[in-house]
Amino acid sequence: MNTEPENASPHDDSRRTFLKQSTLLTAMALVPGPVVSAAEAKLDERVAEAIEQVPLSLKVNGKKLKLSVEPRTTLLDLLREQLHLNGTKKGCDYGQCGACTVHVDGQRVNSCLSFAVMHDGKEITTIEGLADGDKLHPMQEAFVKHDGFQCGYCTPGQIMSAVACVREGHAGSEGEIREYMSGNICRCGAYSNIVAAIQDVKKGGQKV
Amino acid sequence: MNQFQYSRPTKQQAAIDAVAKDPNAAFIAGGTNLVDLMKRGVTSPQKLVDINRLPLGKIESQNNGLRIGALALNSAVAEDRQVREKQPLLALALNAGASPQLRNMATVGGNMLQRTRCAYFYDTTMPCNKRQPGTGCGALEGVNRMHAIFGFSDKCIAVHPSDMSVALVALDAVVQVSGPKGNRSIPFADFHRLPGDTPEKDTNLTPGELITAVDVPDGPFTKHVHYQKVRERASYAFALLSVAAALDIDGSNIIKAARLAMGGVAHKPWRLTTAEQMLVGKPATEETFRQAADVAMQGAKSFKYNAYKLKLGPNAIVQALKTAAAA
Repeated sequence: MNTEPENASPHDDSRRTFLKQSTLLTAMALVPGPVVSAAEAKLDERVAEAIEQVPLSLKVNGKKLKLSVEPRTTLLDLLREQLHLNGTKKGCDYGQCGACTVHVDGQRVNSCLSFAVMHDGKEITTIEGLADGDKLHPMQEAFVKHDGFQCGYCTPGQIMSAVACVREGHAGSEGEIREYMSGNICRCGAYSNIVAAIQDVKKGGQKV
Repeated sequence: MNQFQYSRPTKQQAAIDAVAKDPNAAFIAGGTNLVDLMKRGVTSPQKLVDINRLPLGKIESQNNGLRIGALALNSAVAEDRQVREKQPLLALALNAGASPQLRNMATVGGNMLQRTRCAYFYDTTMPCNKRQPGTGCGALEGVNRMHAIFGFSDKCIAVHPSDMSVALVALDAVVQVSGPKGNRSIPFADFHRLPGDTPEKDTNLTPGELITAVDVPDGPFTKHVHYQKVRERASYAFALLSVAAALDIDGSNIIKAARLAMGGVAHKPWRLTTAEQMLVGKPATEETFRQAADVAMQGAKSFKYNAYKLKLGPNAIVQALKTAAAA
């Protein structure tokens, strides 16, 4: 995946060809039938071969997508490497830092710790899907207003988590916010400003 | 990460069959521990059976208790109205574990099945009898600050990290499993194992057995409960040590029933039944709690770097019981 052309898109023929060619020759010999037809078969009652591209339907930031992925592709790698939604960050890649936080069916999760194929039929929202066109989401505005970041690397995860924190009703006090934002690490130490941003949004009472 | 076959059965029997017949197959639910272990090469199943399409996520009242489906999310259980009313200790323990994001992914069954582990288990360049039987234990003479003080063997001194399981063992939960040979019930205290000579086995499940639910019997522990977790930062860290405490106290401040268990001290959640028995019939005072703590710690033994647990343990037990009594 790391060697794929930068201009490739999920529906680009050249990319698909590239992926096929890059598959190990020995592995290719084991694939039952053409890769593409396998990808269209129903997965529920059969086993997908390890080297097979598995079909996957997702709604990402409101857009319905029909994709095919290798089973071991994490949701994070799918978003970044295949869909080029690079707002979601890879920090630790082990569920410890929260930089990869996205919403799956409205719930915040670590996208690095689950396989994309496990989310078939789900709705994914990333930081790119939060704003309404050019109008920033209230939480994004609050992070800007309160300087809720320095280097910015953890910020997409912080904001996705912060939106969920308010929606869940866990932004009642500074202590509660700190507890329910504990899955998002900021090594610059912008915590106090992040808490201020969340309190501002909570007090504003706007729909998030 | 290794490549693997993937299937997503919609029938429970199909899932069980797929894992039972293949020693290199594994169930996957939330994936929060398994994916982590696979990324580090600690475990590398050749086939993953995704059980998320099985209808095992319900939380329902039945037969004088709650039946919590194996696929119920940790966050959903912690927020569930019935759980909060009937088993507040369980909700407290769940919310003390992991992060909000992980609790939105991790299931009840998966939480129980997260590996008993330590840093040597995760480091594939180190010996570890749990990861690779027969290679030795790196922690025994190594950096064993986080390790066990009860029930360990010279093969393994790792601890089980689940907070939820500490509450469930205290509450006399029963694990419902379904396997190739049918269904069976396992008392929670018998679900996890001590390391003995086979530290590679964390639980008493047999190949292909699938957790379907956890039953938590109704009890008097709806008010005086506390989950005391001691860790190195305010939140989102494994316990150095934790205590689940539940008391039933009458109008004269006499303890009618008590439950006590510890986490972070053994290869499995550690129930303290002798201390519980000692508490019953006594006044709910700090003096009583201190006596119970002394009883609870009998037999504890430390290693080079975890001797602090011998002092932290009884103090945490007293604090948990005091807080529970005042709740």
